[in-house]
Amino acid sequence: MLADFSIIELAKKMRSKEISPMDVITEIYETIGKIDKKINAFITLVDKEQALRIAQKRAKTREAARSPLFGLPYVMKDAYVTAGVRTTAASKVLDDFVPPYSATVHRKLEDAGAILIGKMNMDAWGHGASTENTDYGVTKNPWDITRSAGGSGGGPAAAIASRLAIFAIGEDTGGSIRNPAAWCGITGLKVTYGRVSRYGAIAYASSLDSVGPTAKTAEDCAHVLEVIGGKDPYDATSSPQPVVRYSGELQGSIRGKKIAFPKEFFKEGLDGEIRKAIVEARRVFESLGAVVEDVSLPMLEYGVPVYYILAPSETSSNLARYDGIRYGNERELFTQETKRRIMTGTYALSSGYYDAYYKKAQKARSIFIEKYTDILQHFDAILAPVTPGMPPKFGELLDDPVKNMMADLYTVTVNIVGLPSLALACGFGSSGLPIGMQLIGRMFSESTLLALGHNYQKTTPWHKKHPGVLA
Amino acid sequence: MNTYEPIIGLEIHVELKTKSKMFCGCPASHFGKKPNTQTCPVCLGLPGALPVSNKKAIEWTIMLGLALEGNIAEISKFDRKHYFYPDLPKGYQISQYDQPLCRGGTIGDIRIHRVHLEEDTGKLIHTNNTTLVDFNRSGVPLVEIVTEPDIHSTEQAREFLKKLHQTVRYLGISDADMEKGSMRLEPNISVRKTGEKGLPSYKVEVKNINSFRFVEKAIHFEIERQMTLLNNGEKPKQETRGWSEGKGITISQRSKEEAADYRYFPEPDIPPMRFSRHQISDVRRQIPELPDAKRQRFIKTYSLSEYDANLLTETRALADFFEECVKIGKVPAKKLANWIINKKPDMENVLPAALVKSILEAGNVISISDDVIKQILSDNPKAVEDYKKGKQQALMFLVGAVMRQMKGKGSAEEIKKMLLSKLQ
Repeated sequence: MLADFSIIELAKKMRSKEISPMDVITEIYETIGKIDKKINAFITLVDKEQALRIAQKRAKTREAARSPLFGLPYVMKDAYVTAGVRTTAASKVLDDFVPPYSATVHRKLEDAGAILIGKMNMDAWGHGASTENTDYGVTKNPWDITRSAGGSGGGPAAAIASRLAIFAIGEDTGGSIRNPAAWCGITGLKVTYGRVSRYGAIAYASSLDSVGPTAKTAEDCAHVLEVIGGKDPYDATSSPQPVVRYSGELQGSIRGKKIAFPKEFFKEGLDGEIRKAIVEARRVFESLGAVVEDVSLPMLEYGVPVYYILAPSETSSNLARYDGIRYGNERELFTQETKRRIMTGTYALSSGYYDAYYKKAQKARSIFIEKYTDILQHFDAILAPVTPGMPPKFGELLDDPVKNMMADLYTVTVNIVGLPSLALACGFGSSGLPIGMQLIGRMFSESTLLALGHNYQKTTPWHKKHPGVLA
Repeated sequence: MNTYEPIIGLEIHVELKTKSKMFCGCPASHFGKKPNTQTCPVCLGLPGALPVSNKKAIEWTIMLGLALEGNIAEISKFDRKHYFYPDLPKGYQISQYDQPLCRGGTIGDIRIHRVHLEEDTGKLIHTNNTTLVDFNRSGVPLVEIVTEPDIHSTEQAREFLKKLHQTVRYLGISDADMEKGSMRLEPNISVRKTGEKGLPSYKVEVKNINSFRFVEKAIHFEIERQMTLLNNGEKPKQETRGWSEGKGITISQRSKEEAADYRYFPEPDIPPMRFSRHQISDVRRQIPELPDAKRQRFIKTYSLSEYDANLLTETRALADFFEECVKIGKVPAKKLANWIINKKPDMENVLPAALVKSILEAGNVISISDDVIKQILSDNPKAVEDYKKGKQQALMFLVGAVMRQMKGKGSAEEIKKMLLSKLQ
């Protein structure tokens, strides 16, 4: 199928007129027609005729130096405002909200000629790790539809695994790109805080939110990041750090690259099959010439408590605007999980509790920054699991808020520090479910992570496998 | 009966007249504009919108801080202040909590506690059966100036406010127009027994005051109300009260028990600000000559009386007009000062050169007839009586009356002399 090709292969075929943007759109909508009813990845699907009209317009445009994304259909987590296209954040509170403006990331992709075909399912407002906390029905894992696709961005990840789009834009606050990428067997990049503009990304926790690509491969992620990265005058926290030509730096050898293997990530609580797959991945990196060394990253266990003070505090503030006056829908419509986080955050910020909770968590944040910096001074990347367990059955996380929080153990500290991290498939369990790993890097070292991922994917088959739902 | 001493602190909000709003590109000037025509995703608080600070507003706040002789923070930041109200689109106001742009400062004997920058809210418009929201004002830069509780009388409060108003206008950072709401006042009032030290255990905040006159009336009313309570053995409640101009009283709005917890925390969408000494001295250089300095200079350079210098420096525009006339060089400064003070030329329409010309045309020597003086004295028996009782202002009133009669010709000094000779 066309959707199996990489972004650069599709771009070549389009340039040589072997295929047209309409061909890709047509195939994708056919797949969506067959598959999405089984997995429920979309909240809003753009009308096919409209997508085709845009494809035809693109086909007629001649641009000498056009982006490889030109004419390619993509989807976004429903956490981005898209002018004229309903945007819900998977919450009934915004059920009928059609934004009058577009997120910077959406605008940049439109300018590059990519074609938005859908807004994807997620845990409402990003609150969750299983896409069960949505008001639009759960998203099912394409490898086993009795299981979760992960979260909060289960929709975009399941769509990429099922070939319902060429690439997707996710949003990662505590693992929302990486967790579903791992559980759906695809590649997702959590960028450095400030690398991509957050303007128009519906805020969950502003100091942790990051905008990044989800795709089949590290190479595809590199092409997308080239388009969406950069300083934005509308986001004061976006960085002036220049955008590298990430795709041009993929091919370099990773010989001599130093990778840290932090023992705290492999302690009790980690699923045996995941441990095995990542130890195997370590050998692959070593065979490619990288040097992997065991290190210690203490404090990991404090990541979840610190995250679950900072993120709810910020979310209690960010969701205050949905007061039932301007968007028409009452706050009662928030889900249990969202109410829990608003309550927790409100408490943590209250006078008399602020010092003990929020302020202390911010202090811990500084310590996390120190600890990660210590290791990354000596290493190019840290190799770690993404989740402690395999994709859960529905209800497993929803019924157990603590287990739900622990699913974030390996991902949240990366957001607390603001580092980039690439999640990618590194094997399959005995039940046929995908296993993911993550490569955590220094601030703004996306090119290193993408090159490591690309080299790994050149020698491994995991990213090419089709999920059961496509059979 | 006990005697009491009022203890008053003031909280003043001033809207800055920057071109654009505090965190977006919408125009900041909102008075009289059609509702909701100056809005965007940012000042409407739409999902996903982010604030980007207005540099000019930050600079102007620092400038005000410097003009009030306060200490400018090397590191400052914005914070979120949370409360639910329909005119607050984000559910929080971007304000400053523990690291304001400026701490300290003084106006006369009154110490300034702090000066910080925040955003204004929208406006509710109540009609017969509905309430509408106008977001044109939402996000307009707003400076908050808080004094220490150093004020002990309505007169002192008035003096302070007049001075602050004048300073803000001199700096050119706000129209500070009370009627248009670009300057808003909230006094905190309590009273203690004369001779007692320390602050009373309560204070009453009065809101909804939109003129200098009302602030005096409101403070006066509160002092009386609180003293009556204390004399009856009751302690006034800590509360927020609103001034009702219609009734001439303050009315209880919110008591301490219902006080909001604003859940302040650092605004994560705006990186903290850091100012170098160099940046601060750059702002300092932009500060124009302020009223006190200008008055002293006028007295010294132009040998004006304190009274005249005071009048001429009341606004920067008037002072500039005077100096431009002086610069032309054909009429002595003192004479120009008299002419401008007495004749109050329309500065918008009369150019300095034209004024000088008309003074010259009016001739150096103006004969002031005895008849005019006599007539004015007999027309204004009350003023004559007041003067004889020692009211100096009455003399100026008579001078003005003579000048009006003479259609602005003649020097005030000379008229004064002639009046004095008749009055003695």
